[in-house]
Amino acid sequence: MLPTLNGRLQTRIFMLVVFGSLVTLVLTPVLPGDPDHGTTFIILATVLVLGIVWELIYHGIQQFRWEKDWPTMFGLITILNEGALVWLLVDAGVVPGIDEGSVPFWAFFIDFSVIWFVIWVWTNGPMRVPLIRWRFFGGRIV
Amino acid sequence: MSEPAAASVVPTTDPSTYLPSQPISGDLTDQMLQTDFWTDELVAAAGIPIVDIPFVTIGGGIGSFVTVDYLRIAGVPTSQMRVLSTLDFPWQTYEYLTRVSQVPRPERIRSDSASRPDNIWGFPSYAVSEAIQKKTLAPLWSVFAEPIFTDYYTPKAGHVFENLERESNRIAYNEMLVKGLVRIVRRRYGGGYFTILTPPEGASATKRVAFRSQYVHIAVGYPGLKFLPELQRYRTENNDYRHIVNAYEAHEHVYERLVQTPSTVLVRGGGIVASRILQRLMDDREKYGAQTNIVHLFRTYINGTNDGYGNEGDARPGGGRTRTFMRRRGENGWAYQGFNYPKSVWGGQLKAQVRKLDGEQRAELYKRMGGTNTPWRKSWQRQMNQGRREGWYNVVVGTVEDMQPSGERILNQVRTAQGVVPLEVDFVIDCTGLEADIAEHRLLKDLLDHGGASRNPVGRLNVDRNFELIGTASGSGTLYASGATTLGGYFPGVDTFLGLQVAAQEIYGDLAKRGFCKRIGPVRSTLQWWKWLAGSAP
Repeated sequence: MLPTLNGRLQTRIFMLVVFGSLVTLVLTPVLPGDPDHGTTFIILATVLVLGIVWELIYHGIQQFRWEKDWPTMFGLITILNEGALVWLLVDAGVVPGIDEGSVPFWAFFIDFSVIWFVIWVWTNGPMRVPLIRWRFFGGRIV
Repeated sequence: MSEPAAASVVPTTDPSTYLPSQPISGDLTDQMLQTDFWTDELVAAAGIPIVDIPFVTIGGGIGSFVTVDYLRIAGVPTSQMRVLSTLDFPWQTYEYLTRVSQVPRPERIRSDSASRPDNIWGFPSYAVSEAIQKKTLAPLWSVFAEPIFTDYYTPKAGHVFENLERESNRIAYNEMLVKGLVRIVRRRYGGGYFTILTPPEGASATKRVAFRSQYVHIAVGYPGLKFLPELQRYRTENNDYRHIVNAYEAHEHVYERLVQTPSTVLVRGGGIVASRILQRLMDDREKYGAQTNIVHLFRTYINGTNDGYGNEGDARPGGGRTRTFMRRRGENGWAYQGFNYPKSVWGGQLKAQVRKLDGEQRAELYKRMGGTNTPWRKSWQRQMNQGRREGWYNVVVGTVEDMQPSGERILNQVRTAQGVVPLEVDFVIDCTGLEADIAEHRLLKDLLDHGGASRNPVGRLNVDRNFELIGTASGSGTLYASGATTLGGYFPGVDTFLGLQVAAQEIYGDLAKRGFCKRIGPVRSTLQWWKWLAGSAP
């Protein structure tokens, strides 16, 4: 990917709102430990809010790269730092609306991984089909 | 002093085949040549037939191709567009240049996986389609791990050409192709343009044909690639075209000789073409046991992190060293970079940044991110390391002061930091890729002299953000240009597959605003993509 800061933020928000919501909606009823939609959507919102901060950090890291690109692999492996942070906050009960220890780990793990993978795949190809300007404008949607 | 055009190594069409020796009617008049704006009567009075076509593109290479491809997808029928070209198919010149510079069809070009001139979406990328076609995961691993654990994935030249042919058939490119040479585009009194085509002998009853159109697009490619002056002089003075060759001309005879007779070759240049030529020389050593000694001459020797101004400590305006946030890797003489620009010029930060810059500032950023460079590839590193170890690959840093014949060999006097050093070799391969000035192209010179066109801060054609050639508007008509001739504009990386598509998208967008074509919104885009996938007409 060749994102600008503005493009990163727009793509992040668009992807989580569209694909994040869709996956969460469909997946929640079949997750282990029966979390309700309220809980899973609060977690999704947490991912979104923290994601904006992460994007600022990634943008900073990108400045050290001569190409000013963001390799495909980075888009996938950042699941590790982002997933770990959200899980720690959710499990510790820091996230408003979610009690400490109330979310089963595997429910979180499955939901988070599926969303991440779907978004990563979509961002690295199919997204270019409906929006022909997106890839030439740093990932900006508007 | 030789005629500049004679020094071009790119094959140009022999003008004699386009200029019938017998005078026939319908030729340009002196009055026409001296007039910047032509009336319909002026053209008709010269006996030149007028053909009405709303959009013509001149060039007929990949630049013209991707532009009409966009417009076909935006709903323009073939009857509304013509491609004026001396080429039989869009990738003809490109394939010639890649083949002689040692990238035949099975080899990989230097281009990104998603830079597909046959597919405006870049999806599926070359890596995905290669993986499906060859039933292997290797290309997918390559695009996933690049550039951290693997070299950048790049497509095979043959794969690119086959897909261009498929797309060319899909959009009925041949229905739009008109063979002939274009040297003049003039503004029309009352709006639009006249484009004068000289058809091949016998193809037309008149010597010239005029295309009257509202929109003209110019994509004529490199104005010319030249030899270094001292090489050209040596060739002409000694009538020796065998021992001194340019990488962009056919020079297979050199490799044939090298396999038969142990020889020394001087390779000049530090870019991608030099890498390719070195690869061929080293491959021939490995495969056919050639005993070639390679002397590699760098003018600028890169020994560490660098930018377009050179090594870390080299002089740059405002002083200082390379910037922490703006420097690339380099060693052993080479500056390393995946593609011919930092990748983000094709869509990311650098593209957004340059789009906002003008004049001096823009020229400065071009300079800083420019400079000769080549990709770091594992196989090339292995070959060069072996050559250094075994003593048959040696590097010299400097410039050539003089060249004299010495029997069958060539004696070069090379000015180095240690003084002038004699260097006797059997062959010289020039990989410096010196480009001619745009005014050496007759069509472009005419546009500068009579069409209102001007030069940008880098000296090429001055185009706006929408690739309109600034100063050439004619009533409601617009003249666009894309490709190498527009280098230095608000968008860098113009002379690349993706650059041509970026330009085509801007041109399509401008034409959509003017009502010439439909807008490619999400729905049209998606439907058209399915048509592309199915191989059905747009």
